[in-house]
Amino acid sequence: MSFEWPWQYNFPPFFTLQPNVDTRQKQLAAWCSLALSYCRHHKLYTLGIMEVQECPVFNHKNIDRKLSTEAILIVFEELRKKGNLEWLDKNKTQCLVMWRRPEEWGKLIYQWVSRSAMVNSCNTFPPEFHGLEEWMLIRSLQALQTDGKAEVITMDDGKGVKFF
Amino acid sequence: MDRFTWSNGLLEMNETLVIQQRGVKLYDGEDKAKLDVGIALLSTHQLIWRDLKNHECCIAIPLSQIIYFEEQAAGIGKRTPPLSLGYFFRRLTEELSQKRWESTPMSQPIPTATNSQTGRTRAVGIVGIERKIEERRKETEKNISEAFEDLSKLMVKAKEMVELSRSIANKIKDKQGDITEDETIRFKSYLLSMGIANPVTRETHGSGTHYHLQLAKQLGDILLAPLEERGGMMALTEVYCLVNRARGMELLSPEDLVNACKMFESLKQPLRLRIFDSGVMVVQLQSHSEEEMISSALDNVTDKGSLTAEEFAKLLGLSVLLSKERLLLAEKMGHLCRDDSVEGLRFYPNLFNSQA
Repeated sequence: MSFEWPWQYNFPPFFTLQPNVDTRQKQLAAWCSLALSYCRHHKLYTLGIMEVQECPVFNHKNIDRKLSTEAILIVFEELRKKGNLEWLDKNKTQCLVMWRRPEEWGKLIYQWVSRSAMVNSCNTFPPEFHGLEEWMLIRSLQALQTDGKAEVITMDDGKGVKFF
Repeated sequence: MDRFTWSNGLLEMNETLVIQQRGVKLYDGEDKAKLDVGIALLSTHQLIWRDLKNHECCIAIPLSQIIYFEEQAAGIGKRTPPLSLGYFFRRLTEELSQKRWESTPMSQPIPTATNSQTGRTRAVGIVGIERKIEERRKETEKNISEAFEDLSKLMVKAKEMVELSRSIANKIKDKQGDITEDETIRFKSYLLSMGIANPVTRETHGSGTHYHLQLAKQLGDILLAPLEERGGMMALTEVYCLVNRARGMELLSPEDLVNACKMFESLKQPLRLRIFDSGVMVVQLQSHSEEEMISSALDNVTDKGSLTAEEFAKLLGLSVLLSKERLLLAEKMGHLCRDDSVEGLRFYPNLFNSQA
């Protein structure tokens, strides 16, 4: 299934950081949702600032408009504030994109676990967990732990989880 | 040596230094003079020798009094290379042949070679300098008056024009019955754009607040019609040009104009001085509706899809400055958004707001 671009993507002003505060808020919200849905579609979990500038999301060659580096960083800051992004280094060159936040993952995992506990058979991971990277999994489990719904146990041959 | 006189070694106004030569010893005839090693300076007017050790000791001889000189390679300044001294003599020969001192006389007339002359020489020098200053002043005055000759002629004409318009205005007043009102009004408008009969000047109303108040009243009258024509708003620079062109003679300074415009509100005039965020100052009609202006701007932009300030100006027949201000205002109100790229600054309808 090909990625569906939102109407803003073809609107030139979308690529100019708006000076009007209210307009800017709406613009940034649209950018955040576009960035996240793009990452979700392509199962991207980490982004490097360098490649991102050339990524079709921020560089729309058809209308000859691209988002400035300054604006990209502002969008990323918005994502970070919402909990969808985490910088991997101080210089802000690499980041983790959590188009689904750990808490949301945790919930999904818990639901799946509860479901599979009901049925006494070997279960495969449902499609939504495909591609889930380990670090994301661990964070989700930690979120569940904070919530009191799970516990991460260290065993001799690795880690295990106990669900409540 | 008796031709040499004591000198301060300083050059005069029209005198130029040609060449100087260090390490020169002076000889009077066969005997060595009581002067040691010094520096010889050749100017367009005189030959100066200054003692290197004692700078106060300085003598000079006017070139005009050098009858004959010859170069003696041997014995002259064994320290200095003969080559450079030869060059010095070449320049001396040149100066003597050119006789530049004749075309550019010094203020100090060439003194005769007697020591008792020194006192009188100095007095003559000062008088000469004074004379020169007086000459220069007269010259400057002449130049200035020549330059302003044309302007004073223009002023005379302008005065005549104002007199003419005043007399015609009076004639109209007297002959009220003969001329139709329509024609009178038209003629008065011509007068207005050409020259005001009684300009408010600093002489009639002094300076300061009172002056500005009167000025503001007058401006209120003058600017109503032009403002209506231009859609209710004019940049202050346009106002300045219009008003001064109408006044003709007693022109307004920019400060006076601004100060007068600031008083519109207190005088309950139907005009306002308004300063935009960007610093642009305009005079606008009180009745001027902001919302109307913005909504019409939005309509225009939506109609064309997007507009730059230049395109908008062309559409409305306004200056680019004012049309940009209008677009910026609409953006501030949230009706428009901007697209800033290498292609320029364009304004679009704010779809972020209107579309979900």
